[in-house]
Amino acid sequence: MSPLDTLIIAPLAFALASLGMGRRGAWLIVIAAPVMIALAVWLCAQVWAAPVGHSVGGWAPPLGIAIRADGLSAAFMLATAVAAGLIGLFALDEFAPPKDGETARSHTFWPLLYLLWAAVNAIFASADLFNLYVALELLTIAAVALAGFGALKAALRYFMVALLGSLSYLLGAVLIYAAYGTLDMGLLAQRAEADLPTLLAAGFITAGLIAKTALFPLHGWLPPAHGSAPAPASALLSALVVKASFFILLRFWFDAMPGISGPELAHLLGALGAAAVIYGSVQAIRQTELKPLVAYSTVAQLGYLFLVFPLAGAADEAAPWAAGAWSGGVLHALSHLFAKAAMFLAAGLMLRAAATKTIGGLEGLARAMPVTVFAFAVSAVSLMALPPSGGFMAKYLLLTSALAAGAWIYAAVMIAGGLLAAVYLFRPLARAFAGKETPVIVPTPRWLAAIPLALALLASALGLASAGPYAFIQAGAPLAAEEGLK
Amino acid sequence: MSLVFDIALCALILGVAAMALLGRGLFASLAFFIVYGLLIALAWLSLNAIDVALAEAAIGAGVTGVLLIGAWQALNAQSALDPDPVAHWITRVFAGLGCLAIGGLLALAILAMPGGTGLTTEVIDTQGQLDLGNSVTAVLLGFRAYDTLLESIVLLAALVAVWSLTPQGLWGGIPGPRHRTRPDGVMASFGRLLPPAGLIAGVYLVWAGSDAPGGAFQAGTVLAAAWILAVLAGLQDEPEVTSPLLRAALLIGPALFLLVGAVGAGFGGFLAYPEGFEKPVILAIEYALALSIAATLALLVAGPPRRPGGAR
Repeated sequence: MSPLDTLIIAPLAFALASLGMGRRGAWLIVIAAPVMIALAVWLCAQVWAAPVGHSVGGWAPPLGIAIRADGLSAAFMLATAVAAGLIGLFALDEFAPPKDGETARSHTFWPLLYLLWAAVNAIFASADLFNLYVALELLTIAAVALAGFGALKAALRYFMVALLGSLSYLLGAVLIYAAYGTLDMGLLAQRAEADLPTLLAAGFITAGLIAKTALFPLHGWLPPAHGSAPAPASALLSALVVKASFFILLRFWFDAMPGISGPELAHLLGALGAAAVIYGSVQAIRQTELKPLVAYSTVAQLGYLFLVFPLAGAADEAAPWAAGAWSGGVLHALSHLFAKAAMFLAAGLMLRAAATKTIGGLEGLARAMPVTVFAFAVSAVSLMALPPSGGFMAKYLLLTSALAAGAWIYAAVMIAGGLLAAVYLFRPLARAFAGKETPVIVPTPRWLAAIPLALALLASALGLASAGPYAFIQAGAPLAAEEGLK
Repeated sequence: MSLVFDIALCALILGVAAMALLGRGLFASLAFFIVYGLLIALAWLSLNAIDVALAEAAIGAGVTGVLLIGAWQALNAQSALDPDPVAHWITRVFAGLGCLAIGGLLALAILAMPGGTGLTTEVIDTQGQLDLGNSVTAVLLGFRAYDTLLESIVLLAALVAVWSLTPQGLWGGIPGPRHRTRPDGVMASFGRLLPPAGLIAGVYLVWAGSDAPGGAFQAGTVLAAAWILAVLAGLQDEPEVTSPLLRAALLIGPALFLLVGAVGAGFGGFLAYPEGFEKPVILAIEYALALSIAATLALLVAGPPRRPGGAR
């Protein structure tokens, strides 16, 4: 038995069970969270020795589908297990069935959570372009339904963009199959050439995935969808869903097609990322409500991820560490995963306690609910890239790569992005500490307040103990991570 | 002769597609879109891809058509339809140019490809190991069974998504409106006549699917059609969404598939079938899947609960 298989089978089984069990299905999360974390730790222990992988059903590619886990996959699966598990426990507060019977939400939230979980794990494990498409579809449906818990109109808009992205991706995968007779990334890495069909296919795949990742200028669907969903749903969407499509982009360009991109494409993605950092931050500053602010912060933070493409390998000998930019990007994705989950959950608790949506309504909340406001502040430290935090380590790696390569514009954007993040995150925090009165609020149960705090501290821990994760994600990392895209 | 037929079919497809896009009325566009799906099914048939043709006719034209008309009806009833949905001409020009550019690039890319048969020979050489005569079934339930497992769960996810839209207070209720027809009318006669035939056709399609065109998805669609017809004819009402029997029907296919995969993971490998029993296991999965797919599709067409259940 391999933990790699089980990490896909288990969430699917939990999804079916929670759908079948009705009222009691909600409490499955109490079992699911520790089980999934244990499985992910087991996988990490295996991968630490050597990357693992095999063909499903014993049918080797090109006929069958290969799944595998290197340091990158295993790290994302562990982070997902911890974050989704904690978010699931947090959701018991809102989506446990009421005493007088179940509701549509208390029944459907749980299968959707597990389906989303299964889909991201399937994406992290897959080495096959069509299998990735199927997992993306599962992810899209679960994510859109969860966004629909907040605002239907925003969810529909998200659905349209996500479906268009799926179609574009599928078109690219079909072209690649027609050109190379395989969908396996390992085989494609040996066969791919930079001819017209391949470049066109890669273009379709990339365009589809950046729409799903909400990269500027295709970000318009994200703030309303993430900003109006219930807190646990927002946390899942911002922490996990957009990371999964970025993960496929990383796999596609660095593992499957390292030789065909050329500097123009890498810089196009980098430029869009840089624009996202600035635009998302400025929009976040302009928001008057807390959750849209946090959602625009996601648009900005996702931008940094795309700086990996031009900066990977850009410094060569000058880089202080091997694979600096690539590792920085991955660490940034992981620490944003924890920090943003923490921030959305903390924001949800703060807004509920203050019975408001606006930043102005948060006045004095730091005295009434210190643990929650502290969790918000700790996650903000990581987003602002101040030490000690995973965000700091990630941006340090990205920044040193940019400076070593003489990419001044990217370096300037990163520094500006950090400052702008300080501006937009300072506003809600300043309000929470403002005034002299302590507002009277309904007290938050301690276990509930502990969850965002735990997630925020994990984002900090990624910075304090960064050597471990840094070494771990190198396990089985592609050569292109070190040498850059050609 | 076949060339003439193909050219005529292509011209028809293009013409119907243009009508669907350029028609002013939404309903007419939907009608043309359904015809378009049937013509595409014919095109697959003339390419000798009978399985794809069956799926396209059943799901692409059939179920999708019912869903689209249902959506149109619901919007129309609420007067929520845009009376003049045509976009500004500048938008249309840009959309047209974009499509032209993408279409042109695609054509260039396809012409530049070496052309090949993909993995056809490998599939035919290997499918004997599963004791299957139908290559499509060998791919769907054998070589790429993992994709099919996920696909069957995608369908279920769509139903959960629809159910999450249940209006407040109606959870546990009955989906769709109550249909009544004249007991001696055409609809009621159809509702009595066709479902038994559909049942037999569905069972046969799964059975035949191992060696001839057919399989769980096609059979599931046929069974769903029988279900929908019985409901439309007013002979049988939809079940309450919390009904245990309904839940069992929805879950049995994916659950059995997943169980076989998990047992495999414990012994030989994820989704590795027990040696020597590949065909019976695949058939069992397909029958269970056909039932679950039928229930899922029928309830997707019915939509979220709209009436309180009888038991409450």
